Amino acid sequence: MSEQHQQPRVAVHKFSSCDGCQLAFLNLGEDLLALTERLDIVFFAEAGMMNESAEVDIAFVEGSISTAKDAQRIRNIREHSRYLITIGACATAGGLQALRNLAKSDDWVQAIYTNPEHIDTLDKVSPVREHVHVDFELWGCPINKNQLIALVNSLSLGVLPFEETDKLCMQCKRQQHACVMVTKGSPCMGPLTRSGCGALCPAFGRDCYGCYGPAENTNASALGQRFDGVGLLSTQISNRYLSIYSNEQAFACTGQGWNEES
Amino acid sequence: MSFRGFLPRERFDTLFSILHKIGAQCIGPTVKEGAITYAHLSSSAQFPHKVTDQQEPGSYRLTPTTDARWFAWANGPQALKPLVFAPEEILWRSERNATGTIAFTTDAAQMPLTAVIGVRACDLAALALQDQHFLHPQGQDASYASRRRQLILIAVNCTHPSASCFCHATGDGPEVDQDYDLLLDELDHGFAVRCSGATGEQIVQQLSLEPLQPSQLNEIDNANRHAAEQQTRHLPATDLEQVLNTLQESGRWQDIAERCLSCGNCTSVCPSCFCHSQHDVPAADGITSTHVRQWDSCFTQGHSYIHGLVIRNETRFRYRQWLTHKFAGWIRQYGRSGCVGCGRCITWCPVGIDVTEELQGLTEEYNNA
Repeated sequence: MSEQHQQPRVAVHKFSSCDGCQLAFLNLGEDLLALTERLDIVFFAEAGMMNESAEVDIAFVEGSISTAKDAQRIRNIREHSRYLITIGACATAGGLQALRNLAKSDDWVQAIYTNPEHIDTLDKVSPVREHVHVDFELWGCPINKNQLIALVNSLSLGVLPFEETDKLCMQCKRQQHACVMVTKGSPCMGPLTRSGCGALCPAFGRDCYGCYGPAENTNASALGQRFDGVGLLSTQISNRYLSIYSNEQAFACTGQGWNEES
Repeated sequence: MSFRGFLPRERFDTLFSILHKIGAQCIGPTVKEGAITYAHLSSSAQFPHKVTDQQEPGSYRLTPTTDARWFAWANGPQALKPLVFAPEEILWRSERNATGTIAFTTDAAQMPLTAVIGVRACDLAALALQDQHFLHPQGQDASYASRRRQLILIAVNCTHPSASCFCHATGDGPEVDQDYDLLLDELDHGFAVRCSGATGEQIVQQLSLEPLQPSQLNEIDNANRHAAEQQTRHLPATDLEQVLNTLQESGRWQDIAERCLSCGNCTSVCPSCFCHSQHDVPAADGITSTHVRQWDSCFTQGHSYIHGLVIRNETRFRYRQWLTHKFAGWIRQYGRSGCVGCGRCITWCPVGIDVTEELQGLTEEYNNA
């Protein structure tokens, strides 16, 4: 790549979310300086740069689609972006907000807000892929800096990004942690969950709660049976599956099944 | 090899001193994360004390014991494999310079001389299998070879097999008969010592061993015999290669797939499994990158990915691959089964799938066909 090449233009957008995935950029530290040498960040909500309709090479999108305005914004972003990448559980899979899809959300709105007439949301919370074409999805709640660096490099070099699809157990065993389910009977979601986090929870002796979402080829029902075997109540099993990824088929079926048992 | 003498328990740390003097770091069993695992040790105080293990399919628990012996337990999740076949390592680095050419540098694996205390017969058998694979005359793995050369193996005969063990059935234990520098048998007040090779001899010379009593030799014989008799799991006494190669379309694979999580825990704790994948980890500067090798498993998607196609896209095919390769494919590849009977895949399977039970079921299906 010669120095004369125009640098890729990047935008970071926010929808319904906690901003945690945008923080992965700010947490890059020195690597952020290295990346800004190679990228022009033209829009970054968390860092204060605002220009939603700028033409960009890479648009990173955080957050789920909750309102009619969100749905309109994401189409506008798609039209102005060469690659659109979702970052984190909300944009990729609906995230925590999607829990309201399982409840009578109107009742909650009436009960919680003093002036419920100001609340104007869509009936369902949905991931970005249900609205526009997504080129690549980064899973995690939140994502981490290694995923971002690998993706930016792949796109700028023109190669397919590496998709982490293995079970977390693979990463956990490479770090040689003793399995918390086998040694303590902890209800670990590792055997269903996508690796990439670095096995953070098992490293501290606790069970994975699935924040990186479903891996490929999951057997959610067999693990649910096992959780039942180690003494979890039906509601506890259901909560394991329906917290962050209630909108993902791989977790939702088993989670709802145990919900009906309770 | 014949016994060289008796090392009283209170002088065991002399062994640590001798090993340190010859420049070796010591690795041995200790209690960590609720299991007996291997770690860097500096004295016998760090060995498991008054603790033993209870294992069953999908479960491992440490329990207190009145037995004051340090090695009164069966193997935990890992032993030698991670030391020689690194779970994750950099094979090379690349850097693009200003003219656009790319320079490669290799990361020569550097491991100091390393004494492993407490190695069991199953793990020595597995090490011999890994040697066959990674030190193959037609393609020696440089990183494995460099670490393998640095190992000093101090074996301790296993007297407490777990309920998952079946090394008597594979012929790999419980008594050690190969590839050790020192071999210890634990008695109430110390250790009977044997040695093999120049390093072992050199260590024994410095240990100032005491004479062994005939009653102690009897005790050792009895303990080793008892260890074999205690094992409750077996392999079907049949030609498993024939059974597995014949039953590739058996409905049992789907039955297993309904229980199996396809998580790769079995292959990760298996001391003979050698599959690995490689990928590049680019740095943020866009110029440098490292090429990383890591443990893979026949239970991952990537393992059977070939040019746009995942060949084993369902768990039944992945489990079939694991069992068929381990108990049949290895025989043609390396002249023996890949299983050493350590039982780790049974204990450490989160849902407790038992290979001996599955092989028994397949054998019955074969015999009834």
